[in-house]
Amino acid sequence: MRRKKEQPGQEVDRKEALAAQLGESDTLKDKMGRMAADNKLAVFSAVVIAVFILAAVFAPYLTPFDFDEMDLMARLAPPSSKHLLGTDELGRDVLTRLLYGARVSLVVGIVPTIISMLVGAVLGMVSGYIGGITDSVIMRLADVVLSFPSLLLAMVIMYTMGDGIVSIFIALAVTNWASVARVVRSETLSLRETEYVEAARSMGVKDVAIIFRHILPNCIPSLIVLFTLNVPSAILSESSLSFLGIGVQLPNSSWGLMVNMGRTFLYNAPWLSLVPSAAIMLVVLAFNFLGDGLRDVLDPHLKNS
Amino acid sequence: MEECLLEINHLKSYFFTRKGVSPAVDDVSLRVPRGKIVGIVGESGCGKSMTAKSVMDLLKYPGRIAGGTILLEGRDLTKLGSRERRKIRGEDISMIFQEPMTSLNPVVKVGKQVREAILVHQKVDRTEAKNRVLEVFRQVGISEPEKRYECYPHELSGGLRQRVMIAMAMVCKPKLLIADEPTTALDVTIEAQILKLIKELCKNSGMSCLLISHNLGVIAQMCDYVYVMYAGKIVEQGDVFTLFDHPAHPYTKGLLASIIRLDEQRERLSTIPGVVPNLMHLPKGCAFCNRCPESSARCETERPELYELREGHASRCFGSLESEASHE
Repeated sequence: MRRKKEQPGQEVDRKEALAAQLGESDTLKDKMGRMAADNKLAVFSAVVIAVFILAAVFAPYLTPFDFDEMDLMARLAPPSSKHLLGTDELGRDVLTRLLYGARVSLVVGIVPTIISMLVGAVLGMVSGYIGGITDSVIMRLADVVLSFPSLLLAMVIMYTMGDGIVSIFIALAVTNWASVARVVRSETLSLRETEYVEAARSMGVKDVAIIFRHILPNCIPSLIVLFTLNVPSAILSESSLSFLGIGVQLPNSSWGLMVNMGRTFLYNAPWLSLVPSAAIMLVVLAFNFLGDGLRDVLDPHLKNS
Repeated sequence: MEECLLEINHLKSYFFTRKGVSPAVDDVSLRVPRGKIVGIVGESGCGKSMTAKSVMDLLKYPGRIAGGTILLEGRDLTKLGSRERRKIRGEDISMIFQEPMTSLNPVVKVGKQVREAILVHQKVDRTEAKNRVLEVFRQVGISEPEKRYECYPHELSGGLRQRVMIAMAMVCKPKLLIADEPTTALDVTIEAQILKLIKELCKNSGMSCLLISHNLGVIAQMCDYVYVMYAGKIVEQGDVFTLFDHPAHPYTKGLLASIIRLDEQRERLSTIPGVVPNLMHLPKGCAFCNRCPESSARCETERPELYELREGHASRCFGSLESEASHE
């Protein structure tokens, strides 16, 4: 694709060829179309994620049971036509609890990740672009956060703020922004030295505009990768917190909680832990594959090769 | 004297490193008259780009201006705050860089990048700005501007990218264009096109141009007045005809002798022996004395001044001063 030589006479022909090759316009829709054609796995992952999101949203309509509805006559029942995925030790329908748990897991996976990405990206770019004392302060703060075991820090936050979904959001956002800030800062350090940033500066563009219009778009591919890595890790963190008993509380449902509850009955009723574990695995993998696919189409450097 | 657009007086831009101070630009004075093309020529590391970056206020740490004045239409740029400097960049002075391959943001459409320059300086809406970008694209010879507007840099050839860079520099109609080796990364056919374009733009819009190059051929073809730099100092200055017909400084003579000529039969290219001295450990005398074929004992102990030989022609060499005296 890269051409250095150019002869005026041939310019017109090549332009037509180029236009044909690239397609007339290069919109987001086209990019998604290209991804659909090239990467079936990413498309499949997107479908999986969409199915989970829809299932979580329409949970009350998809099952005849309530998430805390007990049927003491059918405790630890294996999968049957009435209870498609069986029941737990109090006779609650596992499928129902899985669907309601998806609400918690997906929201907890996505919302704190977005918060931590926003905070981390802005702090990272400011830190890398301005440098000096600002950089030192932000980065030492990040070091402090990273020096704690993140689960421990999250537990401390949950303990002091009390349990509840907002506490989980805050706990996960506080523990995750630092790693994002580090990655973005190191990207910014190299982007700051590029000639196009210098060229933008030579045109009198303001620093804020350079950060958001020139540096941020170049960070997007790594941010997407980070996002797809952080969503599953947030889902896992929530599972761990709930598993440890300080996350989501009974009778509410979450996948981590279900794994924990099923642990005791692993021999008699293995579906209790296996079903939510499989759900966690499926969602985590789907996010990772989707992230790979998105990075391939969104990164103009990769697109070329 | 013609009216001066840019006047640099005794500019000193130093690198303050841990090992010591490196005088990358040392006591440089130059003038760019309105509507003229002025060239700075010299080998790598002689301070050409540093001079340009000092004017643009783009010096990077640990480099900074240590003294001297930069007057744009009589206003001293070194005294202005960073906000005012930013307003001048792009609006009054703009710059074309050496590498068209890396001077455009790879993830932003080229049209948007050029449009950004307008939006920064002028209060116009986006459609108006876009129309102006398309107009400038046409001016700099980009065919099918609408299509190119939507292109990413990697979809364009080197020549087209440099045209986009020129469009970006021209879009606010600056008074001074600084071209820092604008054609070094391009092949010769494109080089000729780009140079012709810059020359035409200057002629048509009355813009001045400070052209930085290591290529004497480019300088001879383009410039009205030429400064030769060596080791951070101006060693010779003169109008283009005087300089090329009667070079006074041995360094200029050496540069001219090492140009490839098709009309002469030579076994090898002549070169200037040796390398540029380390700026932190300059010789006591003339910076060029260890490479100079005409150096004398005096050159090693005493630093020459910039001696005016005739109106507008000066050389930093004892030898040229003496030979001039013997002529008269």
